[in-house]
Order: sequence, then structure tokens, then C-alpha cells
Amino acid sequence: MAHDAAHDHGHDHHDHGPGPWTRIFTTTNHKDIGSMYLWFAFFMFFVGGAMALVLRAELFVPGLQVVQPEIFNSLTTVHALVMIFGAVMPAFVGFANWLIPMQIGAADMAFPRMNNWSFWIMIPAALLLFGSFLVPGGAAASGWTLYPPLVTQGGIGTDMTIFAIHLLGASSIMGSINIITTILNLRAPGMTLMRMPLFCWTWLITAYLLIATMPVLAGAVTMLLTDRHFGTSFFNAAGGGDPTMFMHIFWFFGHPEVYILILPAFGIVSQIIPAFARKPLFGYASMVYATASIAILSFIVWGHHMFTVGMPAAGNLFFMFATMLIAVPTGVKIFNWIATMWRGSLTFETPMLFCIGFLCMFTLGGFSGLVLSIAAVDITLHNTYYVVAHFHYVLFPGAIWGLTAAVYFWLPKFTGKMYDETLGKWHFWISAIAFNITFFPQHFLGLAGMPRRIPDYALQFTEWNTISTVGAFLLGFSQLIFLWNVVKTIRSGEKAKDKQWEGADSVEWTHLPSPVPYHTFETVPNLKLAAPAH
Amino acid sequence: MKNKTLIERVFLAFTALCMALPALASYDVNIPPPATPISAQIYGLHMYILWICVVIFVIVFGAMFYSIFKFRKSQGAKADVNFHESTLIEIIWTVIPFIILIAIAIPAARTVLDMKDASHPDVTIKVTAFQWGWRYDYSADDVGFYSYMKTPWSQIGQPGIEATEKKNPDYLLEVDNEMVVPVNKRVRLLVTSVDVIHGWYVPQLGINQYGIPGFIKDAWFKADKTGVFKGQCSQICGKLHGYMPITVRVVSEADYAKWLADAKTKWSTKAAPAAAAVPAEDASKQYSLDELKAMGEKVYAANCAACHQPNGKGTPPAFPPLAGSKIVTGEAAKQIDIVLNGKAGTAMQPFARLSNTDLAAVITYTKNAFGNATGKAVQPADIKAARR
Repeated sequence: MAHDAAHDHGHDHHDHGPGPWTRIFTTTNHKDIGSMYLWFAFFMFFVGGAMALVLRAELFVPGLQVVQPEIFNSLTTVHALVMIFGAVMPAFVGFANWLIPMQIGAADMAFPRMNNWSFWIMIPAALLLFGSFLVPGGAAASGWTLYPPLVTQGGIGTDMTIFAIHLLGASSIMGSINIITTILNLRAPGMTLMRMPLFCWTWLITAYLLIATMPVLAGAVTMLLTDRHFGTSFFNAAGGGDPTMFMHIFWFFGHPEVYILILPAFGIVSQIIPAFARKPLFGYASMVYATASIAILSFIVWGHHMFTVGMPAAGNLFFMFATMLIAVPTGVKIFNWIATMWRGSLTFETPMLFCIGFLCMFTLGGFSGLVLSIAAVDITLHNTYYVVAHFHYVLFPGAIWGLTAAVYFWLPKFTGKMYDETLGKWHFWISAIAFNITFFPQHFLGLAGMPRRIPDYALQFTEWNTISTVGAFLLGFSQLIFLWNVVKTIRSGEKAKDKQWEGADSVEWTHLPSPVPYHTFETVPNLKLAAPAH
Repeated sequence: MKNKTLIERVFLAFTALCMALPALASYDVNIPPPATPISAQIYGLHMYILWICVVIFVIVFGAMFYSIFKFRKSQGAKADVNFHESTLIEIIWTVIPFIILIAIAIPAARTVLDMKDASHPDVTIKVTAFQWGWRYDYSADDVGFYSYMKTPWSQIGQPGIEATEKKNPDYLLEVDNEMVVPVNKRVRLLVTSVDVIHGWYVPQLGINQYGIPGFIKDAWFKADKTGVFKGQCSQICGKLHGYMPITVRVVSEADYAKWLADAKTKWSTKAAPAAAAVPAEDASKQYSLDELKAMGEKVYAANCAACHQPNGKGTPPAFPPLAGSKIVTGEAAKQIDIVLNGKAGTAMQPFARLSNTDLAAVITYTKNAFGNATGKAVQPADIKAARR
């Protein structure tokens, strides 16, 4: 078995070359880089979360108590940028680095040096983003959508944000090129495209989305930069430009971006649910096609972020119909996951709990998305807390719980140690309850007409805001359990089995020991016989 | 067994919470009562889709929770590994959602078309947004006026400084001058902005329309009942985005005529079309330093204190202090220029809309407050001369 082969070079682990510090700067090993991505994302997740807690503290009761409105606006802006570009995307890339080579039987990523670079250019980006709070004029305070002309009023902090976005975009593009090349070229014999685990499939499609849209964002923010400093008028009506054009360009990036934030999580869930149902994923091929359909549709729905701009009726109708269509492939995915559980043999370890939480809560987010897709109804909900509730329902239980499930699921494989199941269950249940206390009332606030991105509110919104703030602090606390559990696992977890999960069937579980050796496949594995049938 | 009791406990607690909350009376959970045919359609559409979603949720997650309870390994469930592919099922659950979507799309499209048909207005009002307030121009009647939030900062407070006054029931939603429109008439709004993007949002009237600088977009409503309808700016527009309320008073046709006659005397734009934005006054009048300071303190509190703070110390770096500022204590001309025309690239907006007297007063006040003891006064004539 390949198992024994892997042990033969297990001694490699600490043997080579540089000391720990040189190693983290110069490493080209996909597992090292994956871990760095994951720790970076974990750190950013807590920083972004802390920002959100300042916002919620300000909104605990009406009136201004904690921060000035301009700081509130900056925190709103940077919270979003940190969570999207600093936490969720790097975390997915971290898992891609760890898992894709192992799952397709490759020795490493296709471009190991570029892989190192795509991690390290995120550090100056993060420094620019955080440093922008310290410069005259403060951090960008226009919301993460950076709409002009408001963004042109910002100080140098806005320019730093723009450069940070450039760097993060370059990092994402390099990561994507690496992932696409790895998947298309380095699959071991027998690992045909239609036998790949869903995580590889969703990442392949996500990588194409990134390559298609990141340059668009970079172009948009560069135009902002030249409007701000070099007298151009791309978005300035006085010079013949149009602020609305920025919205079109931004959301042409921005809508595929929300699928970038969720498709890899679909992949994760599509691997974890079958593992704990102990039967193959239901409708594997339809899952692949549904993912591709969602990706393609994501390019023609951006206008649903702009129903209040004043587009003609035909524009509103087109974007409404196109957006509603997304419910079809997304529905197929939900049904397939449930059908996977149907007639299975279910157990409910922590990763499975997070996946079930994902299913329920993400679907609620999908329903509120359907409500918002209706251009007429969107008029009364646009830019209200309903929208805040909607995207936190799809991003927190979607992206974050997907990632959390992945951490619990693969940590035994990465570290060779088992996490604390009791703590994991506490983490899930407190998160699940706190999340709903935080965000469910925000639907009500939005329906009642409370605008988002305001530091203070009219008295009729008090009760739900207070409840939401209490939930938010509980939710923040529950993530400390997560951190504690991860640290505890690494320091003193019990030894994990090579195939920790009975129903797991991808190559990293079936062909490799836990922990995985530093170099996985020194010779090309033959997956023709051993690969699981779908 | 341990897992099950944990699940049960949490489930019970959560259910109890869900049931307890809506039972309390003051918690709004839905769209406020509609006041126009369009907002009534919006309300109906939302309820229609909400119930469809509830039914789907119950069916789909009924199936999931059935699986969770029925197909547990701990209850001896064996996995049916062959149940992982069915073209027929895939087709069914692609087609059924599609049909449901069509059932939603048809009424929704009808509402969108109605909403976008702003033709044949009875009253047309130009809505001009700015940082941070609104201007309403009834152009056909030569009436135009500003509408600002009326809630004083003493009710809002500041970080570290508690509000000194009790909050009104209409806290943050009260304005000095309301938009007044007649009932059962088609009112067309031409929405624009002079600085950044704002959103004119009054949910009960079914309107949420961005004001985009350099462009005019339209929206319309026909209120079918009289009353006061409130809203706020919906699009983030800088520091005081949260302090840009909107109030629309819908009145009978007779009351509207009365209001309009009164408005014409107060806010006529006919007399001085070139300087429409500047209130009538005697710009040649000379005031004493104390008079200007007293008047200026009020103007400062209403227009400047939010950013530069009541004590003139500002919140640097975004909002620089006026106390000890070189511009404030130096040449009057430079300060007048900044106050009149704003400062490009910063949040300092042009205040040319204020009267010469108010501007002279507030500039004089800043030159003689917060420890700035220049003893200098600026007269309305100086402002008039500096206007471009």
C-alpha cells in the first residue's frame, strides 16, 4: 500500500535545510504555504470580528457612545475588506494548497515559488489596510463598495486601501493560476476530471471566476486612483464621467466575488456530508454542472445590486429574472446534499454538525436572496439591515461554517492529532444560537426600514439592535472556543487514525498517513485501481 | 445518548426564545403599512414570496430532519450506497423550482413596470441631496427649501459624553421643513445630488431612489391616505449619513393649497432666480462683534458642531480643530473662501447656501471662541463680496 511508501520518507520532515524563520520566508512546500495562509486567515478573522464588535457595541442603544461616525464608517469598510480579502479568501486558498495536490495525487502545486510569493504579498496588503487607520484622514470610510464620489473625499488612507486591493488581487490571481494549472496538469493517472473530489471541482471553477473578475476590480480601483490624483473623470459627471459606471464595473466583479466566497465551501460540504452519511455524494455530475451554471450565471446578474440606481424597467427586469434563475442550480445542490443524507448511516461529529448548520442557515440566506432579487421588493429593502442579514446568512454559515467544518474535518489529517469533540460540539451549538440571535432580528430591522451603515438609529429599532448586539458578543466569544480547540489539538491532541473518518473516500484519507509526510508523493501514485468510484 | 440530550436542550431553548420574542408588542417585524398602491403591491409580493419560502423550507428541511432522525448510525441505519444517482429525480427538482420562480416572476414584473411608469404627474418635485440634508424644489410653483434633521446634538451625545437631553419619540426622524404633497395625486420626484450619492428612501411610499451627482433620476408615488411618512438616506454618504432624515406630509388638496400659498411667501425662488439658494436679507447691515458672536454660536451648533465639535477641537485627522487653527485666527479672506466653497478632497462642504449674515456670524464666532481671541469681526458685506 502507498501507506508504507509514505512512511519511508517520513524522516524527511525536519531534516532539510533552513531553520524555522528562513523556512517560513523561503518555503515552497504546499503544506507550509497552506498552513501560513490558514493562520493568516485565522488572525484576520479575529481582527475583522473585533471590528464588527465595535460596530455592534455602538449600535447597542441609540445615541453615540463608542466611536465617532467617521470611525464607524471606516470600521464598516475595513471589516468587510478584512473578512472578504483577508479571512475567507486566504482560508480557501490555504485549504486548496493543502488538499488539491493530495486529492489529485500531485507532489506539490504546479508553481511552488509563485505560491510562496502569492502568500507573502498579502502581508504588505494587510499592513496597508491596518496602517490606513493611522494616517491623516483615517481609513477608507465609503463602505467596501468604494462608490465614488464619496471615496474621492477620503484621505491617503483610501489610496492605501486601493493599493492593498491591488496586492490582494495579484495574490488571488497568482493563486488561481497555480490552482488551475495544478488541477489540469498534475492529476495522477486514473484521476480523471469527473472523478475529482468536489472540493477540487469547485476550486477549479472558482479560480476561473477569480481570474476573470480580479482584473476588473483592479481596473476599477485604478480608475478611482487616477480620478483622485491625476484629474481624470471616469466617475465624475462634471468631467463627462458617470458615478453609475463605477457601480456597474464594481458589481461585475462583485457578484462573481460572492460566489468566489461560497463555491469552495460548497466543495467542502460536498465532501464532508458523504463522509458522515457513509454513502457517495448524490448526483455527483449534477453537482459539477450546477456549480458551473452558478459561475456562468454570476456574470449576468450584477445589476441586482443596483435596482435603486434608476435603471430603465427593461434593465431591472433582466437582472431580476437572471438573478432568480440562480435559485435553480443552488436548489439542486441543496437537494443533492439532503439526498446524500437520505438512506445513509449518519453520525454527527463536529464537521457534520457545521455542515448541517450550513445547509439550514445558508438556505435561509438563499430565501432572503430570492426576496431581494425581486426588483420591486428590493426597493423597500435595498441598503437596509435586511441586506445585512441576508449576506451574513450566506457568508457566515456559508463560507465561515464551511471553513470551520473543513478545519475540524482535515485537522486530524494535517496534524495527526484529533481535536476535542466535546469542545467542538460546544463551539457549534453556541455559534449556531449566537449567530441566529445576532442576525435573525436584522431581517426585522430591515423590513421595518432601518438603513445600514448608520452609527445611530431611531428609537423604534432599539430592541432588535440590543438583542443583535448581545448575540454578536456571544458569537465572538464562541470563536475563542474554536481557537482554543485548534491550539489544544496541535499541542496535545490524541493521535488521529490514518483514516479518521469511516466514510471519507478521497486520496488523502485512503492513500496517506496522518499526519501527512512533508513530501507527499515522490513518485506518481497510480489511482486507477484505488480511486473511489462515484 | 449524550448528544441527543444536548440537541434537545438547545432546540427547546431556541424554540422558547423564538416564541417569546414576537409576543412583545413593541418589536416591529414587518414592512410598515403601505401608503401607496405600489407599496401595497410590494407588501403583498413580499408576503407571497415569504409564504412560498416557508412552505419550501418546511418540506425540504422536513426531509432533512427526517433523515437526521431516521437514518442514524446509532439506531442501526445501514447506508444504501447505491442510492446516489437518479436522472429522474434531478430533472424533477430542477423543473419544480423553475415553475415556482415563474409564478413569482409574473406578478413581480408587473409591479416593476408600474413602478417605473412615472408619466402624467400632478406635482413634480426636484429632490436635491447634499451632505447632509435635502432640498425640495416645487419648480412649477417657484418654491424651494431645505430640509434638515431637527434632532439636537444634545439628544445624540458624543463618545464619552452622555446626551444631556432626553430623546424625543421621533429621535433622528424629525426635520425642520417637511416635504408636503396632496393626497391621491401622482407626485413625480426628480432625484439628484450635488456632492456624493445619497438615497431618498421612504418605505411606506415605496420609494428608494439614489440621487446621483450630475444625473437626474425619477420616481413617483401616489399616496392614498393622508399622514406623515418618514424615511432616511439609504446610501452611505459620509460622516452624517445616519442623520439625514426625510419626512413627507400627505395632506388634503385644500390643505396643500394653503401650505403652498404660505410656502410661496417663505421660500419663493421667483424673486431672485440667480441667487435662489440664498435667503433674503439685508447684506449691507453692520453688526457689532457681540451680536455676530451670539448669532454665530447658533449657526455653529446647527451646521458645524457635528464635525468640528461643540468645543472646536474637531476629531482629527478627518475633522481638523478650529481652536488655534491658523486659518481661523488668520486672514478672514481665506476662511471665508473655505466656508463658502468647501475644501476639495475633504469632507468640508460648501456652505454658500447659508445667508451672508449667518456666514458672517459663524465665522466671527469661530474667530472669537474656543480660545481664539482675535477680536476680529466679519460683516455680511464681506461675505457678499466674496461670493463667486
